[in-house]
Amino acid sequence: MEANFDRTGRLPAAFLTPGSSSFIDFLGQHSPDLLPGNRRLPEGIVEAPHGTTIVAATFPGGVVLAGDRRATMGNMIAQRDIEKVFPADEYSAVGIAGTAGLAVEMVKLFQLELEHFEKVEGATLSLEGKANRLSTMIRGNLGMAMQGLAVVPLFAGWDEGREKGRIFSYDVTGGRSEEHGYAATGSGSIFARGSMKKLYRGDLTEEQATTLVVQALYDAADDDSATGGPDLARRIFPIVTVITEEGFRRLTEDESSALARSVTERRLEQPDGPRAALL
Amino acid sequence: MSTPFYVSPQQAMADRAEYARKGIARGRSLVVLQYADGIVFVGENPSRALHKFSEIYDRIGFAAAGKYNEYENLRIGGVRYADLRGYTYDRDDVTARGLANVYAQTLGTIFSSAGEKPYEVELVVAEVGTEPAGDQIYRLPHDGSIVDEHGSVAVGGNAEQISSFLDQRHRDGMSLAEALKLAVQALSRDTNGTEREIPAERLEVAVLDRTRPQQRKFKRIVGRQLVRLLEADDAARAKTDEPSDEAPETEE
Repeated sequence: MEANFDRTGRLPAAFLTPGSSSFIDFLGQHSPDLLPGNRRLPEGIVEAPHGTTIVAATFPGGVVLAGDRRATMGNMIAQRDIEKVFPADEYSAVGIAGTAGLAVEMVKLFQLELEHFEKVEGATLSLEGKANRLSTMIRGNLGMAMQGLAVVPLFAGWDEGREKGRIFSYDVTGGRSEEHGYAATGSGSIFARGSMKKLYRGDLTEEQATTLVVQALYDAADDDSATGGPDLARRIFPIVTVITEEGFRRLTEDESSALARSVTERRLEQPDGPRAALL
Repeated sequence: MSTPFYVSPQQAMADRAEYARKGIARGRSLVVLQYADGIVFVGENPSRALHKFSEIYDRIGFAAAGKYNEYENLRIGGVRYADLRGYTYDRDDVTARGLANVYAQTLGTIFSSAGEKPYEVELVVAEVGTEPAGDQIYRLPHDGSIVDEHGSVAVGGNAEQISSFLDQRHRDGMSLAEALKLAVQALSRDTNGTEREIPAERLEVAVLDRTRPQQRKFKRIVGRQLVRLLEADDAARAKTDEPSDEAPETEE
């Protein structure tokens, strides 16, 4: 494994061949066994922990991406404090619903792919370029998806060229579509999307946008058993990240707990959350 | 097959070394210095796009003098090596020492294999520690040897003179501005001892800054920030009593 040096201990030719700036391409050439898509799959369905709901919403000046903290395996809660939202690089983030183990591996490889490109080329990929790269990686996972090990991410980032936050959603085949305004993925996504549909406006501030995604996650947890709501007793709160011109920022433990608490408190009076106007 | 003329191994190696050294000497020198918060790379480079210094990994930087295509190849090889290692094990398991070893093996094998042209490059691999004591700087000459350097190091055309100049003046715990100023002073001395001015636009400067909150400590210093740093030291210098510049002239 590692570098497969020949007897001399020098860097093998694959390392010194100019050309590709992609780490995945390099891995495919040099150690294909390390690529997630190249593994032989066992027969049948594999039971593994699944991550659940991810939501995103844009606001003028950026985009927020948030996720609940639950992973489930069948009807069991496999993990209460899993993290499913990660920075992809300084100006983008990825949140993943689906098979947790594969998702975390995919994110690790995706982060590395972006970093590798940046180091080799001395420039960052465009946001579209990053989104397409992720698309290719999901497509490579199709075989596993067919066996119930699907990975479905939501990708959000700051587009420097267009000077706005953008959201991309994916399906299991790697199909990519840009979402305008808000998006959700995972088992609770139907409820989260319904919630955001009624609450979203185009002129949200950053603070309102973070409140919006926490409301949506609350609604998802309210109706979907696989999505975890804020756990006040254990102090487990949703992960909320904001990407603006300034770059990626994850809300601190205190910030997200304050946010989740204020939402929860209001729900004590109005269990169904804020009401939208009828007409 | 015709019998080639006999050339003694000593002569063959000496010729190859001479060839590589001449190639490296054609390039401009660059220096790598430790300062209080990390390691600074300074070199004269008129190009904004073709870098002499680059990031290899979180805490590891790379500097090279000599032939561009050759060191660029080695740089990309190093990035691939580091990323692969970090992916297979953990980010903490990528070390400058490991990378320097691989480079040394690579350069050494190429240098001593008769079928290949020796690389005309001299590399520096540096890793910034969490404390100054953890900083590591390795110099890798064209023949595959490794030199573990402390404080300051110079590679390229005028390296010997510049390093002796630096050795006398570099001290531990310098501020970034001080270290930068010293580096520029060292680089502006020509072979014959005269000084020339290197404008900020022709300088390439990068740091491995241990105080940087991000995981990746490598950062280029460009534009206004660079000018400010160069000027900051001028102001400080006016107040404090620095040793005079002329003192070590006799040794050079």
